Amino acid sequence: MRRWLAVARTPVGAASAVLLLLLAGLALFAPLLWGEQAGAIDTDALQQGSSAAHPLGTDALGRDILHRVLVATRLTIGLALLATVVGVGTGVVLGALPAVLPRWAGRVVTAAVNIAVAFPGLLLALFFAVVFGTGTTGAVLAIAFALAPSFARLTQTLTASVSGRSYIAAARVSGVGRFRVLVRHVLPNVAEPLVINATLAAGSALTAFAGLSFLGIGVQAPSYDWGRLLGEGLNRIYVSPAPALGPAVAVVVAGLAFNLFGEAAAAVLGHRPPPVRRGRPAPAPSTVDDVADEGVLTVRNLRVSFPGPDGWVTPVRGVSFAVREAEVVGVVGESGSGKSLTALAVSRLVEHPGVVTADRLEFLGKPVEGTPDRELGTSLAMVFQDPMTSFNPTRRIGSQLAEVSEQHQGMSRKDAWQRAADRLESVRVPGQRAKQYPHEFSGGMRQRAMIAMGLMGDPRLVIADEPTTALDVTVQREVLRLLGRIRDERSTAVLLISHDISVVQRTCDRVLVMYAGRIVEELPTAELFTAARHPYTTALLAAVPTLETDRDQPLAVIPGRPPEPAEVVAGCPFAPRCPLADDRCRAEEPVLTAVEAGHRVSCWRVEEQQRSALAESAGSRGGTT
Amino acid sequence: MTTATTSTASSGTSWLPFARRRAVRFATSLWALVTAAFLMIHLIPGDPVREALGLTAQPDVVAARREALGLDDPLLVQYWNYLGDLVRGDFGVSLVSGTPVADLIGDRLPATVQLAVLAFLVVVVVAVPVGVGMAVLTKGGRRRGGELGFTSVSVVVAAIPEFLLAVALVSLFAVTLGWFPVAGNDAAGSWVLPVLALALGPAAVLARMVRVELLSVLGNDFVRTARAKRLPARLVYLRHALPNALTATLTLGAMMLAALVAGTVLVENVFAWPGLGSTIVGSIQQKDYPAVQGIVLVYGTGVLLVNLAVDVVLALLDPRSTIREA
Repeated sequence: MRRWLAVARTPVGAASAVLLLLLAGLALFAPLLWGEQAGAIDTDALQQGSSAAHPLGTDALGRDILHRVLVATRLTIGLALLATVVGVGTGVVLGALPAVLPRWAGRVVTAAVNIAVAFPGLLLALFFAVVFGTGTTGAVLAIAFALAPSFARLTQTLTASVSGRSYIAAARVSGVGRFRVLVRHVLPNVAEPLVINATLAAGSALTAFAGLSFLGIGVQAPSYDWGRLLGEGLNRIYVSPAPALGPAVAVVVAGLAFNLFGEAAAAVLGHRPPPVRRGRPAPAPSTVDDVADEGVLTVRNLRVSFPGPDGWVTPVRGVSFAVREAEVVGVVGESGSGKSLTALAVSRLVEHPGVVTADRLEFLGKPVEGTPDRELGTSLAMVFQDPMTSFNPTRRIGSQLAEVSEQHQGMSRKDAWQRAADRLESVRVPGQRAKQYPHEFSGGMRQRAMIAMGLMGDPRLVIADEPTTALDVTVQREVLRLLGRIRDERSTAVLLISHDISVVQRTCDRVLVMYAGRIVEELPTAELFTAARHPYTTALLAAVPTLETDRDQPLAVIPGRPPEPAEVVAGCPFAPRCPLADDRCRAEEPVLTAVEAGHRVSCWRVEEQQRSALAESAGSRGGTT
Repeated sequence: MTTATTSTASSGTSWLPFARRRAVRFATSLWALVTAAFLMIHLIPGDPVREALGLTAQPDVVAARREALGLDDPLLVQYWNYLGDLVRGDFGVSLVSGTPVADLIGDRLPATVQLAVLAFLVVVVVAVPVGVGMAVLTKGGRRRGGELGFTSVSVVVAAIPEFLLAVALVSLFAVTLGWFPVAGNDAAGSWVLPVLALALGPAAVLARMVRVELLSVLGNDFVRTARAKRLPARLVYLRHALPNALTATLTLGAMMLAALVAGTVLVENVFAWPGLGSTIVGSIQQKDYPAVQGIVLVYGTGVLLVNLAVDVVLALLDPRSTIREA
């Protein structure tokens, strides 16, 4: 109940709830207050148009139409609700039957519902109106039975989604009968969506009823509802529109009230995400860390921010690195460390509302921001994680490759297709398979095709974001070898992002270790197992099982979890999980500093060790001389 | 393009099962429809002939009419005869006018089909560009105000039933402004209001669906791939995102298009359109059951054909469509 009160607190929910209350009030009191005026025949004022005395005019017997519209609220709403209740009830029974009936009978019911649900409600209503006869009862039953199939379908879907849950299974296993399971366990859990949909259905029942009465096959004289008043008004709409428009507006407003309340309930109870905050992220603090020489890609103090419910979240917080020609650089880190986002930001693929800032972000010596699409499209290739979803399922592989050359290299379609087939061959995919759709390719083949797509131009840098994660081990090796071959043959630089430190170790020249949106260590791959200094890197390495790993011991894991991007942590973000952390680590965030040529670490403890080692060696040197 | 022939061969293997499965489903639904139409007369409480001819009719007239309709035969015999008649194109004879129902349908059907097809075209031509435009403008939470305005307008327009929209359009554009005729389908201008009345609601719903679906497709990996290729935004949207969004939209929108067929009944009655819709209502009121039976069959078949067409388009749009496979 409290949840439903929350619905009434939203603007739309409140407005529609007020309207519904108003309608309920009218339905209860209008016939008592104005019943007499609505039925008063006035032979002096037949078929009048709008006037001060009769704002909506009068009907053929001189009765005031405004009063008749108000009084008709009771019958209109009452019949709509009655039809909804009967319809929803019938539908729920029909939908729940297959769960209780013998299997074959359940199938028959399901099939019948599936056929009936394909026909529009109005058509079903007309059909049943014929069967049940024209008139109020017939119309109620007609509309109820027209609603029933869709509710039967809804009940089936909801029931199916609930019955897989463990408490249902538990109830079944413990010998509770099917009927009891349905009534005690299933139906209560699907009640809320059913009620929401019933609210929406009441709106449609109301308009459908108005439609039937308007057509003359619903409510019959001398009774009258809005639909009947509308039909009477339409006959003389030439003379005066008010008698038709009055009931029409009433139907629309009432229908809308039910609809909007249903929509608001669906929105609130369905937990839609809250709106995003506005404004801009806080400016990036300058960092003191330095990047080595120029190369294919130069990144300095890169930050990526997204608006969150409680202000800006910055999953990439000041990342600096460079990639040189013909170099394979690996980026490792847990999921959420910001490595993929770094790749997207570097290649200008972060979309609104994400905001990318950097002191320097240069590709081939030019700011990425201003590089024309033609140039990026041919010299920067991207390979994404999931080859199953990274191709457009509705277009042929060949056309998805060819469009690069058509767009950026001015090739004709034929030449571009030729080139696509050629590039596919170069990654050992038969050229004629260019004509196939992605779903006709295996995962490894798709990933190779994705690389071939990058080779349509003349890439200087391939950014591969977890290119092997979705593949099995043998295919992984093939894809990695292919990337290595491209580097060897074309001197193309590769930025390889992976959570798998062994993949990086096998393929890369240099490794960047990322944690909580920052680079915590950078070192040559050759030194990874011998000279890694950051406690996070060593922990990652220890977690990799090798042939020598003692299989009787549990696998090494890093205790705790990385901070969420939205969490603001004082000090080193790894400190809570770090065995070496001291007070300084928890108070002050360390900076990435060089410990040796080509080796940078961001850790206070490493710095201290470094300093004391220096002091020691200076001391011992002092001793000998 | 030389690629077309070979590719249909390579992906064509799934077509035959699809066609077979879909044909079976169409046939089953059609059979259910025909049976329902047949049973309709028998489900009516009391004697349908007595109902139709009125309480004052002579018993021998009623008996003769029952005889002519074959209502005294065993039910299965009647059913068999009914099916046989349908196959021969015989829909029975109107109780009221005595003319064959088939002639009545042939006479009235074209006006209804024209109206529905035209309205359907307007829906597509309006909804797709508007939906795409709104998706592009409101992508990534931009222009919240515009989004709110669009959503509210489309919700309100969609919530107005077509016959009330028709009444509003008539009173504004035909009665007050006098731009278009109030009724009939004689002049070219007389098409405008009925088509609008039928099309506006579905167009609003569909535009909203296109926007939502397109936005969700834009979050897909392959759209990121297309952007990584640095394709112009136009191609990313129209070539890569839209076809995928349309498959989802069409799946959801199929019901709405079917409802448009039924919506013609009400709209025709507002505009006195000389189609099946005005006929069926008259026939229901006069209890002219053979006529109602025939027209219900026609509408039902129309709905089934729309559903079939939607599925075929879906299978064409999406080569790995679940419709083809499942």
